[in-house]
Amino acid sequence: MNLLEIKNLKLDFGSGAEALRAVDGVSLAIGAGETVCLVGESGCGKTVTALSIARLVPAPPANYVGGEIRLYGTDVLKMSGEALRNIRGGVVSYIFQEPGAALNPVFRVGSQIKESLKLHLPEKANDAEVIRLLKLVGIPAPESRLRNYPFELSGGMQQRVMIAMALASEPKLLVADEPTTALDVTIQAQILELLHELKQRLGMAILLITHNLGIVGDMADRVAVMYAGQIVELSPAKELLRRPLHPYTKALMASVPKLRGDAARLSAIPGNVPRIGNFPPGCRFAPRCPIAKPECSKAVPELVEVEAGRWVRCPFWKSP
Amino acid sequence: MVGGVILIALYLVALFAGFIAPYGYERQDRDRFFHPPTWPRLAGFHLAVPRYEQLPGNFNYRAVPGDLKPIHFLVQGDKYKLFGLIPATIHLFGTGDVNYPVYPLGTDQFGRDVLSRLLCGSQISLSIGVVGILLSFTFGMIIGGISGYFSGTTDTVIMRLCELVMSIPALYLIISLRAAFPPGMSSAQVYAMIIVILSFIGWASMARVIRGMTLSLREQQFVLAARALGQSHLRVIVRHILPNTFSYVIVAATLSVPYYILGEVVLSFLGVGIQEPNASWGNMLTAAQNTEILRNFPWLLAPGAAIFVTVLAFNFLGDGLRDAADTKSL
Amino acid sequence: MPVLEITMSLLEVKNLKVHFPVKPGMFGRVHEFVKAVDDVSFSLEPGETLGLVGESGCGKTTLGRAIVRLVEPTAGSVLLDGEDITRMSGSLLRARRRTFQMIFQDPYGSLNPRMTVEQIVGEALDIHKLTDSSSARRKRIAELLQAVGLDPIYAQRYPHEFSGGQRQRIGIARALAVEPRLIICDEPVSALDVSVQAQIINLLRDLQQQRGIAYLFIAHDLAVVEHISRRVMVMYLGKIVETADAKTIIREPQHPYTQALISAVPEVDPETKRQRIVLPGDVPSPIHPPPGCPFHPRCPIAEDRCRTEFPSLRDTALEHRAACHLAGTKITAVAPAA
Repeated sequence: MNLLEIKNLKLDFGSGAEALRAVDGVSLAIGAGETVCLVGESGCGKTVTALSIARLVPAPPANYVGGEIRLYGTDVLKMSGEALRNIRGGVVSYIFQEPGAALNPVFRVGSQIKESLKLHLPEKANDAEVIRLLKLVGIPAPESRLRNYPFELSGGMQQRVMIAMALASEPKLLVADEPTTALDVTIQAQILELLHELKQRLGMAILLITHNLGIVGDMADRVAVMYAGQIVELSPAKELLRRPLHPYTKALMASVPKLRGDAARLSAIPGNVPRIGNFPPGCRFAPRCPIAKPECSKAVPELVEVEAGRWVRCPFWKSP
Repeated sequence: MVGGVILIALYLVALFAGFIAPYGYERQDRDRFFHPPTWPRLAGFHLAVPRYEQLPGNFNYRAVPGDLKPIHFLVQGDKYKLFGLIPATIHLFGTGDVNYPVYPLGTDQFGRDVLSRLLCGSQISLSIGVVGILLSFTFGMIIGGISGYFSGTTDTVIMRLCELVMSIPALYLIISLRAAFPPGMSSAQVYAMIIVILSFIGWASMARVIRGMTLSLREQQFVLAARALGQSHLRVIVRHILPNTFSYVIVAATLSVPYYILGEVVLSFLGVGIQEPNASWGNMLTAAQNTEILRNFPWLLAPGAAIFVTVLAFNFLGDGLRDAADTKSL
Repeated sequence: MPVLEITMSLLEVKNLKVHFPVKPGMFGRVHEFVKAVDDVSFSLEPGETLGLVGESGCGKTTLGRAIVRLVEPTAGSVLLDGEDITRMSGSLLRARRRTFQMIFQDPYGSLNPRMTVEQIVGEALDIHKLTDSSSARRKRIAELLQAVGLDPIYAQRYPHEFSGGQRQRIGIARALAVEPRLIICDEPVSALDVSVQAQIINLLRDLQQQRGIAYLFIAHDLAVVEHISRRVMVMYLGKIVETADAKTIIREPQHPYTQALISAVPEVDPETKRQRIVLPGDVPSPIHPPPGCPFHPRCPIAEDRCRTEFPSLRDTALEHRAACHLAGTKITAVAPAA
């Protein structure tokens, strides 16, 4: 049984005639110890999908209209309040993009970590454990850091504290929503290195959300590329980077300047990312797709396994 | 929404006060002091008003059943000036017969029709609120904008000044300022004086808030862009910074108008505002201080009800505007 | 003997310093400064793109703003066509502002939400009185919008009706309105979706080819900077630590910080399994920069000399300067102290 299985998840914002579909039939599975990257641009639904795993999306205004999310076989969407609280932190932990915003500014760092411990592992809710966790995430002089307030720490340190809080309850799955986007690139390197190390040491699975394909190359075992609420490509990471199949993935990779690349003109994707509620009919990438054909706008293509472990939502994926 | 509708109605009524009121505000009916409201009854298809006779004792009146006079619309009556300019004598309703007066809210201690005085007083009380905030908010916005934009010494000086003004208890400030004016001014001068006094108190808090908003707006990139283009400081403040404070200002303004209205009420109530025989809601309430009088002649509290409705309406409007402004900024 | 014709640089920055006093409270005296920009000198030729990279707090944004005089320099000079604009004020400065403009990072904050596109772009024309009739003005605005790839019909719309990429285009149109010869680009694509960044980068390049505009391109994304710039400068704690041709600086970085920066960039190519140089610690505070070389506390190869002696920016190779006593030493992978 997989650690996490999302099956055909459908989520709307609002209801009735004004419902806007943010997640449209997303299916994804994560096994124990695996790192899966969820890649996409703003508005594609990746954050909402990830938050749904612990049912953290406020509903209303969100509306789960279809599918299931099974953690160790049990459907999260049907869980009671108490069961939910147990899995939050206990099985699934989150770290977010802006560490400064995710830490409560009026409480000391030590007590915030202890709060997480009290909820899930109360026998370990003591200073010694907090210090151990701070050391685990690479914070120097953890004994004095205990009593610091978040504003006294730098961005990178705050992110480490957030990771410590997330790990305190020994989760099986860590969901990291763009954890390094707000950080400088050298600090980003530190944090990614840390996540890599923790994953190996603790055998944790990671769902890493990002829009940076480079991070995918460094960290991921498998990648899911999302566009306009749907997964358009799902593949082992190395395969995807070596040979992307979906036109969107190909275009995205071609439009990003690479270090040591040539200075030729970037092949930009024309148009804009469609916003929720304004998704084009049929294949949602068709208006911007270089190989779009008239039939692409007629019906939404299915996500099909075209090679071993590689799924694409495009009938013309073979075209160069 | 509700607040807005009520206010529009109130201001329209105030605009046409002279016309709607059955009598002039000064007109005294010496036979009928403290007369109770003359409720109209239905007589056939008309509204009619009964004749009242005076009973022995103090100010006791009773309607004589059966003796009715129909109320007509658009009757001739006392002279007044529509919009303060056009002399006219037509009133919205009345009986035209001196023995059958129409006093929907009764009369006061001088026999003057309360409704007429209420309506005429509304012109003063309602307009003072609006003119007052226009003055003080405009002034406050400019001062606050300058203070926040330039920072440094200018800012410090202006802010200390604001704090000085704000730290004086409003009531005492109002009274002291009033004392600074000579007695025996014409009613128009009194009106202007009240507005000036109230504005003087109000600008400071607006200036402070605008200054705070300016401090953060100043760092916005579109302001930097305007400066990089070479825009002059004044234009940057007026074109870029202040317009982005409007959503706050409008809400603050609608929520502040009641204070101005109440300020005038307090001044007039204490006798240092609008003077007799002019009517204002404040000076009408001076008659209603005595519990004896209130017990026997409760209709004298009508101005209080009017103030209550007005203040409530402004608060509703302000809340509604605040909600509307919020969604727009999302 | 042929006479060397020395063409004047478009922009020459000499020993520029921007120090912000740290406010000590109401009665204290100021004795601490945030040395945001600390003795920076460089030049920029007409039509050239000079990239400026660094992490947060290194002073690159402050440098850009100081050049445009949105922030007042504390010392040093900024020469535009040989004229020192730091000494100018009033209408002379305003007139000179036509030569240099700025585009900003935040597509949502760089346009006044209460003004239409026409008003935003038109303001530039109005300040400098560049058109003399309202029909000429309208025509010019339409031209500018088309130049940045927007339909002139959009002139009556408000910023919130546009996407991030489109807003950035409006900001570029505004800067172009005064026909500048230099545009300071302060992180113009960092806040945009990945698929849109390439559009804006291409647009900037096209405009440069068409109009010969020079760019000072400030960014933290090395790959973008390398792609668009001819030369690159690396900043750390208010100082320039290395400057060279774009390709050279990526291929043969001389300063340890540059090497760490380059190795920290996540690579898309799965084949390059290179080792990262992971720097320990955080960027130190610009109020109390370390003595000697500002980078030495985090530097993997720091020696005693680095702690005491400040390395100046000096030539280490042809057209290549670095501020390091040990410039040129190749650093191999370094893992942080656990």
